[in-house]
Amino acid sequence: MPRGSILEEQALPIPEPTRREITTQPRFSDRVFRLVVTAGGFTSLLILGLITAFLAYRGFEVFRTFGFHFITNFGWDGGNPDAGVKPSLGIGAMLIGTIVISLVALAIALPISVGSSLFLTYYAPTWLRKPLTILVDLMAAIPSVVYGLWGFFVLMPHAIYWAKLLHRYLGWIPIFDVPLPIFERSPFIAGLVLAVMIIPIITAVSREVFAQVPLDRVQAAYALGATRWSMIRAVVLPFGSSGIAGGAMLGLGRAMGETVAVYLVLNLAYKANFHILFSSGGSIASMIVNKFGEASPFELKGLMAAGLALFVMTLLVNLLANIIVRRTSRSGR
Amino acid sequence: MAQIVHTQDAPAKPSKPWKQHPRALVPEVIVFSLSLVAAEATISMSGFKGKLALVLLFALYSTIGSMALAFRRRGVTAMSNAMASSLVYLSIALVALPLFSVVITVISRGRHALRVNTFTQDMAATQPDAPFNQGGALHAILGTVVLVLLATLISVPLGVLTGLYLTEIKGRAEGLIRFLVQAMSGVPSIVAGLFIYAVWIIGGHGGFSGLSGAAALSILMLPTVARTAEEVLKLIPNDLREAGVALGGTQWRTVAMVVLPAARSGLITATVLGIARVAGETAPLLLTIFGTTAKHFNPFSGPMSALPLYVFQLLASGINVAIDRAWTGALVLLVLVTVLFTLARFVGGRAKS
Repeated sequence: MPRGSILEEQALPIPEPTRREITTQPRFSDRVFRLVVTAGGFTSLLILGLITAFLAYRGFEVFRTFGFHFITNFGWDGGNPDAGVKPSLGIGAMLIGTIVISLVALAIALPISVGSSLFLTYYAPTWLRKPLTILVDLMAAIPSVVYGLWGFFVLMPHAIYWAKLLHRYLGWIPIFDVPLPIFERSPFIAGLVLAVMIIPIITAVSREVFAQVPLDRVQAAYALGATRWSMIRAVVLPFGSSGIAGGAMLGLGRAMGETVAVYLVLNLAYKANFHILFSSGGSIASMIVNKFGEASPFELKGLMAAGLALFVMTLLVNLLANIIVRRTSRSGR
Repeated sequence: MAQIVHTQDAPAKPSKPWKQHPRALVPEVIVFSLSLVAAEATISMSGFKGKLALVLLFALYSTIGSMALAFRRRGVTAMSNAMASSLVYLSIALVALPLFSVVITVISRGRHALRVNTFTQDMAATQPDAPFNQGGALHAILGTVVLVLLATLISVPLGVLTGLYLTEIKGRAEGLIRFLVQAMSGVPSIVAGLFIYAVWIIGGHGGFSGLSGAAALSILMLPTVARTAEEVLKLIPNDLREAGVALGGTQWRTVAMVVLPAARSGLITATVLGIARVAGETAPLLLTIFGTTAKHFNPFSGPMSALPLYVFQLLASGINVAIDRAWTGALVLLVLVTVLFTLARFVGGRAKS
């Protein structure tokens, strides 16, 4: 082959590559991607908004009919159109009942949870720490209907005995007094079952907070000759107190919304009852299940309104919990 | 002669002065056995009864005993330390007690009605009080499977997208979305059911159906998946993302071909945790799928059944034999949830190492 041909080929003009424009504009595919992901990210906003809107829309007639009376009225009377009895709906008793059983649950669960999370972080031998943590997490995954079943058949007989003891020895305290000696299906028992259900939640939150306690402060306390408890009191509890409070609020929110377990172990009664050992209590969530089957269309609207009240209540409690927890993790006191 | 010869100057055994001599434990053992005896004595002499009372009394007495011991040895500070330790041990015992009680009762009472036909027959032709060798929970198991599959199909893509929004896009609404996801995880399950009922079933879109149940479950499942997905995506090192972009990939290609595959096992964990969260939900299903006794596969119309609902409805019937069946249903449900949970732990654990 003659050399010239190669030279000739080299002489051919090399096409100049077109300069790529340097830009910060995202490509088309990226714009689609960001749009899709952003839309997906906003589903939670959409769903929460829709829940509020639809429950308010369906319950609007009830709110309009009864106004603020819907919250303060204790009775729930579906009325009888044939006899000309007008319905009179109210969730006052159920609202109070919900708060009572949740507070009972919290009062029982909080000290136990704080103690067990202290155990998991500072007392347990290293080999025991992980399996116990997994067990406590598993406890949160047990279905509520199983807790209800257990609460009804296993816990209730024991709890009635404890309730009788409490009544006998501490009956002079108003909340442990009972108008009639009926101890079955009381707010106390519902609170016990709820306590078992929220213990893993509060334990998990406070354990996470305790794990963030700076090690140097812990060791400094020990170096100053503190016992384990003095160290916890001086370092861990001040650091973790608002985390514990946040966990408690989360547990409270969960307790308020719990349905099936409470339905099985609580005797629903449409009057306010602060005697926690007496067989009469309320819970909005259980009432919805209880009334749902035979509700008239108007009552159904009332149930929607009750659901909205429950939703708003748990949302507020959760909001508070989040603010408290976030403040701790930021300030890191 | 490659025998190891111990020489005179072998390293001395390290001394551990902080370690207690076994003899120092003698008073503690004495305190514990004394308080056990005292608890037994109190039980037999007073009106208290039961094993739990024994445990609590033992805890009380041993707390007092160890406090006294600590006070004698090292004063008030040691005494409060001893009290705190006792209370902490007591509280972990009080956490473990109900857990074991639940598991043991469910196993021992669920065993009665457990037969092969629990998994092969439904209750369509069987009265709840028929003998245990007739009828079973097949319709409920199938219903749970269908519902969970549908709920997964709805909520996992949305949950992963939410996680991606929080970690990859980090838009202006990041804080708001994170907060809303948190708030959504606190939505009571009954409210989710009521919402779907208000939208779907009153709205006249065809009565009770499996799809509406799955929609209600997705509302509960979405925050769990989204939060876990966010945690997992956060763990993917930024180097990977930068490498992807440096090779000329667009953000979309980087996420799809680098980030998501790297996070695969974590995302599976997120899915399984979400499933474990909703597999046992009863309340929303009461309002959306209503429950049947026959096998029903079509999720688009007609009532379905699910395991938690099966348990609940048999229990509500109040017949003894039916309650035994309910315990068996609870046993199946508990095993299912535990297996899912362990699976999530296993996959997640392997991802971290």
